[in-house]
Amino acid sequence: MAEPIIVADHVSFSYDDEGPQAVRDVSLTVQRGSFHAILGQNGSGKSTLAKLINGLYTPGAGKVTVCGMDTQDEKNTWEIRRRAGMVFQNPDNQLVATVVNEDVAFGLENIGVPTEEMPGRIEKALRDVGMLEFAGRAPHTLSGGQKQRVAIAGVLAMQPEAIIFDESTAMLDPQGRREVMAAVRRLNREQGITVLWITHFMEEAVECDQVHLMHEGQIVMSGTPKEIFADAAKLKPYRLDAPPMARLAQRLRSQGMPIRQGVLTVDEMAEEVARLCR
Amino acid sequence: MALNDITLGQYYPGDSAVHRLDPRVKILLLIALIVAIFLAGNLLAYVPVILFLGLVSSLSKVPVKMMLKGLKPLRFILILTFLLNLFFLQGETPLLNLGFAVITKEALITAVHYSLRLVLLVLASSLLTLTTPPITLTDGLERLLSPLRAIHFPAHEMAMMMSIALRFIPTLLEETDKIMKAQTARGADFESGNLIARAKAMVPLLVPLFVSSFRRAGDLAMAMEARCYHGGEGRTRLRVLKCGKLDYIACGCVALLIAAVVLCGKVY
Repeated sequence: MAEPIIVADHVSFSYDDEGPQAVRDVSLTVQRGSFHAILGQNGSGKSTLAKLINGLYTPGAGKVTVCGMDTQDEKNTWEIRRRAGMVFQNPDNQLVATVVNEDVAFGLENIGVPTEEMPGRIEKALRDVGMLEFAGRAPHTLSGGQKQRVAIAGVLAMQPEAIIFDESTAMLDPQGRREVMAAVRRLNREQGITVLWITHFMEEAVECDQVHLMHEGQIVMSGTPKEIFADAAKLKPYRLDAPPMARLAQRLRSQGMPIRQGVLTVDEMAEEVARLCR
Repeated sequence: MALNDITLGQYYPGDSAVHRLDPRVKILLLIALIVAIFLAGNLLAYVPVILFLGLVSSLSKVPVKMMLKGLKPLRFILILTFLLNLFFLQGETPLLNLGFAVITKEALITAVHYSLRLVLLVLASSLLTLTTPPITLTDGLERLLSPLRAIHFPAHEMAMMMSIALRFIPTLLEETDKIMKAQTARGADFESGNLIARAKAMVPLLVPLFVSSFRRAGDLAMAMEARCYHGGEGRTRLRVLKCGKLDYIACGCVALLIAAVVLCGKVY
């Protein structure tokens, strides 16, 4: 069993004292090297949870630990943010510098990495997300997907152990979403970087290790994608739709085709249909 | 009104010796140059300054047209300076009697002197902005002002604000364009009417732009914090400014120039 890297223990948080709780009694454990997804509608508290993990907010009740460090303790703040980096939603609002490679350097400058070490780290980070050839470009000349990959490189250069993606594909076109997803999958697989992927796109969650469903500040369901998406009816109360292939499988089943449970991707569907046709 | 394809500031890209100078050195030399221009006591003393500026601008390979463009907004002040000095200064040797005023030799010299001073000041400063990218200039200023931190002058914060502003100018322009199109599609009219009508038409443009800028600022602050930004303390830099041989040569040239200006002033 892999060691836990992010642990939330009965965490609650509200933005103001009288207001409703944005996150209610959430417990979550993410193991090192795994790929977890948090799914939920707007206002379900998933972004708040992300900011709680990164130490941007501290919990009102309960405890969040990252790599064994309590986010409540201010001494840990910078180390937690270095080890668990975060990529946000709006690609335009998270790049700081006027040139790509300087933006990647921003985090390194903040944590005091020696100047001689920077170029190597920047180059590696940009290469890892396939943006090396854009190192000298101005951010506003890049596409949304490219900007997000620069943002990932900025986090990556700090050599994090986990990266939290807070709806990082929500503002991208399909092409950009594919680019970013592919880059993140590669980082998870090849470098063992733990990923916490927050989204409201069901189809982005089908290939991860664990899915957590959030609704009104609480985690209402946790499990592997196959377990979660097995029954579309169960998702209905949370105003969520199963991924397209799961829905197609359901409809085919209702028409009398014996599609087996757990078909979530196009490839799996193709295989299953081919099997049935044989 | 198309707002795309903008260039920031008036930087003219190049790789000349002038471009490659350390921005700190360039800023300090500009100040020295301005002092030299003010030291020039007579028209002869301007000769070395003009020669120097000509030399530097040809070294920098910036087209003369670009250099002179900096003078355009100042043309009224220049003409006014010249005419006021010409007509209202009292002198001893009359050159021309226009009836309502007498133009004297002394007035003519002073008029040329002051207008030339203005022109040279503008040209010298535009040489700096034409050959230095705004972000490098910001960097140089931060370094130059950093000793003032001792008296709590926020040098790093100012430079950070400048560079964020530079980063977001294109983004905000893009957004302005988008909002304009959206409002035009709903029947807004930005181009007709008198000045007041047009100023009023800007309201539906400025309000959304303002609101979104504040949201952007909030987002950016959060993103910067998430990337461990905590002010200038303990920060290292990707780009380290270093003075080289070139910079010392430039300093030597400007020192010689000042000497020449002072000498010319004495001789005449």
